[in-house]
Amino acid sequence: MMTASDDTAAKPAKRSSIDFKTIGPAVALLILCIIGFLLNPAFVSEGNLTNLLTRSAFIGIIAVGATFVITAGGIDLSVGSMAAAISGVMIIIMNNAVETMGSGVPTVLLGCGLAIVLGIGAGWVNGALTTKGKIEAFIVTLGTMGIYRSLVTYFADGGTLSLNFDIRGTYRPVYYDTFLGLPFPVWVFIAVAICGWLLLNRTAFGRYCTAIGSNEAVARYSAINVDRVKTLTYVIQGLCVSFATIIYVPRLGSASASTGVLWELEAIAAVIIGGTVLKGGYGRIGGTILGALILTTIGNILNFTDVISNYLNGTMQGLIIIVAVFLQRSDWKLGKSK
Amino acid sequence: MSVDTTAPAAVIEAVNISKSFGPVPVLFSVSMDVRPGEVHALIGENGAGKSTLMKILSGFHDPTSGQIRLDGKQTDLPPNGGAERLGVVLIHQELNLAEQMTVEENVFLGRELKSNGFLDKAAMQATVRKYLDEIGLDISPTDRISDLTIAQKQMVEIVKAVSRNARILIMDEPTAVLTEEETQVFFRQVEKLKESGVGIVFVSHKLNEVKEIADRVTILRDGQWIDTRASSDLTPDMMAQMMVGRELSDLYPPMHEADVDAELVLEVQNLRAPSVNNVSFSLRKGEILGFSGLIGSGRTAVFEAICGLTPIEAGTIRLFGRDIGPMTVAQARDLGLAYLTKDRKEKGLLLDKKMRPNLTLFALPKFVRNFRLDSKAEEDALNRAIRRFDVRSRDKEITVGKLSGGNQQKLLLAKIMECDPKIVIIDEPTRGIDVGTKQQIYHFIAALAAEGVSVVVISSEMPEIIGICHRVVVMREGHITGVLTGDHINENEIMRYAAGLKREELH
Repeated sequence: MMTASDDTAAKPAKRSSIDFKTIGPAVALLILCIIGFLLNPAFVSEGNLTNLLTRSAFIGIIAVGATFVITAGGIDLSVGSMAAAISGVMIIIMNNAVETMGSGVPTVLLGCGLAIVLGIGAGWVNGALTTKGKIEAFIVTLGTMGIYRSLVTYFADGGTLSLNFDIRGTYRPVYYDTFLGLPFPVWVFIAVAICGWLLLNRTAFGRYCTAIGSNEAVARYSAINVDRVKTLTYVIQGLCVSFATIIYVPRLGSASASTGVLWELEAIAAVIIGGTVLKGGYGRIGGTILGALILTTIGNILNFTDVISNYLNGTMQGLIIIVAVFLQRSDWKLGKSK
Repeated sequence: MSVDTTAPAAVIEAVNISKSFGPVPVLFSVSMDVRPGEVHALIGENGAGKSTLMKILSGFHDPTSGQIRLDGKQTDLPPNGGAERLGVVLIHQELNLAEQMTVEENVFLGRELKSNGFLDKAAMQATVRKYLDEIGLDISPTDRISDLTIAQKQMVEIVKAVSRNARILIMDEPTAVLTEEETQVFFRQVEKLKESGVGIVFVSHKLNEVKEIADRVTILRDGQWIDTRASSDLTPDMMAQMMVGRELSDLYPPMHEADVDAELVLEVQNLRAPSVNNVSFSLRKGEILGFSGLIGSGRTAVFEAICGLTPIEAGTIRLFGRDIGPMTVAQARDLGLAYLTKDRKEKGLLLDKKMRPNLTLFALPKFVRNFRLDSKAEEDALNRAIRRFDVRSRDKEITVGKLSGGNQQKLLLAKIMECDPKIVIIDEPTRGIDVGTKQQIYHFIAALAAEGVSVVVISSEMPEIIGICHRVVVMREGHITGVLTGDHINENEIMRYAAGLKREELH
């Protein structure tokens, strides 16, 4: 029988291990910031910090979607190509709409609406092929990754699709303007993060994602519509890609075969650094946000210093990913040995 | 302790072993010894410390205090199965075989015979064939593990152990998943091992088997050593009493007469589904209906089809007098029909999650308020369930995988009952759990029926089918071969229908 003393004795040990897991990525980010400040005090200037947050927004928003997919035991490799394809189609449609609709807000809204429809559709295709088609998520999204990438190359005829100059003027504020001192993309990032956190941690849907990732058979026997929930995680991922694309297009006003290259890996890296388990069953939106910030901060610091070449950005990111997962694993072990 | 001075010296001895996990003590100065050529049964309720003691005997855990003596010399057993080299082998309940490899490859895994740098397949197969013949197992060394029955897999584990010159074989509930027939085959092989001088530690909840196969019995209760006796001095009833420390005269609750005029809540006509062939039966309000038959006779398949877990090919289902088509699991749940799986570790519980998300998972829509989960309501439900089902744990925050089997089963029952079903199907309600918990579960089932809930009990354990059911359906090869009531519910009758010796004309 459980006694009161057992209860209190067992708890503190447990709690400290959970705390470590939760604050791990936060501590890492703080250390990175301190290193950045020591290397160059301009790192903490308002301009740089806003820039850093804005840059994090793309990967961060996509990574929020990826957190759902991975938590439910799936994987989506197609997000980078999907972003490129959606940007391409958006630009073509908006350019063609100029003649009939002009270069004002309606055209931009048309483009954005289309992006959202495309994102949801592409996500649904990934989800349906995985669940109804019973093909491994890795294979399905490897396939759609190739398809979307080649589509954007085809649309751009091997070159670059450029947004009509007048629309660019209308659309520009979505990336460059600020609201209450924060750039618009950062607000989108915050909104997506809060919605994602609520959805994963406070709703039945989030619980179902976790349950499916933890053990799909148990989920099925627990009256969960496994196929629907899994498909929805890919739809959420597609929607997040749409949001990221909508704020990305006005930045450069163009799309090409090199748009969004390797975003899928950065998004997955952000999710894993944040403490979500790659095989599913345990997801953390807060960690994902920190993971995205960590990845961007590394690149940013390297821009500020000559000690390490900027070309080694990928090396530093790779090291951080490996170290983060190593720390998580030793933490799991610590938890188990008790 | 009955120390017999004429007996051969023990191969392995555990002397005053104590073990704590963190601040929680699980074993208190327990002693046990195993002699060559004996079967030493270790029994106790779930959570009594049997698993811990087995793991200490085989080196998977270190004792907190006390010592292990091997051939009379104090030894620190090497961890993680390294004790195999010293001849001490633990066979886990979840068998440790590579499913896609052959029998021969499994037996020689990690110490393959080689000639000139290449695998010497012929020599290995010959050796394995010799062992298989010795043990009387009719399979080929080139058979794939995934094609074998569970009983055969268990034999392969034993062959593997024997081929490593095991002197002590520690087996964790080897018979839990075996049919009675398979168990007899298994026992014959245990006898052969005994003759060759292997000492066997045998853990089981089936006390009749313990009586049949064991030479000596050690009883643990709440981490304490209670007694070690020759099994000839004990009856299964005495063992049960020593395990729980109280009288167990009322293992089965008194049977309330079923109301034969009660309304029909479930009527199944000519159901066809995978492994189910033209099955018809009905269930009344407040009735406990048993489903008996051999493993693989289609009992589980019938209810997985009805509850929407597998597709229905043909047939009609009437639920509370209404015709209904195929349902999803969620629709079945909402109509008051719930299925509790026999496979609690693979299909029942999320072992890496805590109790609360497990408890509420099946009935989760009930806990949604304004699109959000009401964690307060979930916590209240957990506290209620812990009281109602007597779920015992050191800490409410531990993951479910760390609960003992009996407590997992109670939690699974609580999870299914959380949606207040009117019909509940319980598949193997007491698989791998101790007598005390069994008794609690039987009483719970009886209480449910008394409240007007209809219960279907699928079980391979005939005593429990006979002990608690109002009516028993017997299945064989996907068909219903008989429906028994009243005095006809006895082992003989059930067995004759299950084995196909007798068959009722059913319409």
